[in-house]
Amino acid sequence: MSRPFCILLVEDNADDIELTRDALQAGKVQSDLQVVKDGLAAMAFLRKEDPFGEAPSPDIILLDLNLPGKDGHLVLAEIKADKYLARIPVIVLTVSNAEEDIINSYDLHANGYIVKPVDLEQFFKVIRQLESFWMSVVKLSSRTN
Amino acid sequence: MKNNERTKPIDILLVEDNPGDVRLTREALKEGKVLNTLYVAEDGVFALEFLRKEGRFADMPRPDIIFLDLNLPRKDGREVLAEIKSDPTLRSIPVVILTTSKAEEDIVRTYDLHANCYITKPVDLEQFITVVQSVEEFWFSIVRLPLDK
Repeated sequence: MSRPFCILLVEDNADDIELTRDALQAGKVQSDLQVVKDGLAAMAFLRKEDPFGEAPSPDIILLDLNLPGKDGHLVLAEIKADKYLARIPVIVLTVSNAEEDIINSYDLHANGYIVKPVDLEQFFKVIRQLESFWMSVVKLSSRTN
Repeated sequence: MKNNERTKPIDILLVEDNPGDVRLTREALKEGKVLNTLYVAEDGVFALEFLRKEGRFADMPRPDIIFLDLNLPRKDGREVLAEIKSDPTLRSIPVVILTTSKAEEDIVRTYDLHANCYITKPVDLEQFITVVQSVEEFWFSIVRLPLDK
């Protein structure tokens, strides 16, 4: 890959943003982490609407479910119903371990569902494994523009 | 960890017509950390019958995850994927594409059909086992799969 692996994190919790950033920086390869804090900004980012006109197309999206403005479920549904955005893998990353959220997310075509570990070390491990799996093992489409 | 609610093995449906690849996948999964049961469907028609519990598959479980090859006899993997992901009762089952194809066309098309992820099978034996174990580690230990059956 000629450009850095780009991850879009959709997350409103400042601590979780910081932790995710730290976990990714501790990895071997530097990913380009882009952050938006609510669902509306996520859709504007993905559609390169103002003020995200210059935004890169992410290789994967990490999506929290409980978001201000537009809920994560709605964001997921919109992405997966969009002809071009649908091919970007979306990993739900949430504190919820409710079976209803899990099923609903897979039904809406989430590519994976991860419950955020409360334990700090576990959180780091999960983020790093997630990054290495999607960056190194999985084949992604290069046509996400 | 994430799947600590589980007390029983993870049921995997491998849709694969190449006996060599079936054997390798079975061996890689046996060496893995997570207890699993591997079911094999040799073509796309069998895969859908298995999932719909038709005929001789009446007593088969609903798999927790599906490993799907693309080039299959009788019914192609792309068609199988499209049918699974458009069926409200089946679509929540994660589908991992496991294929020799590296064609961008296949990658784009399968993500568009809502494959959960796309993996190219390495030709090298050791790499093949490493990849299957990475898939196992990610999908069985990091990810939460739907529990309902």
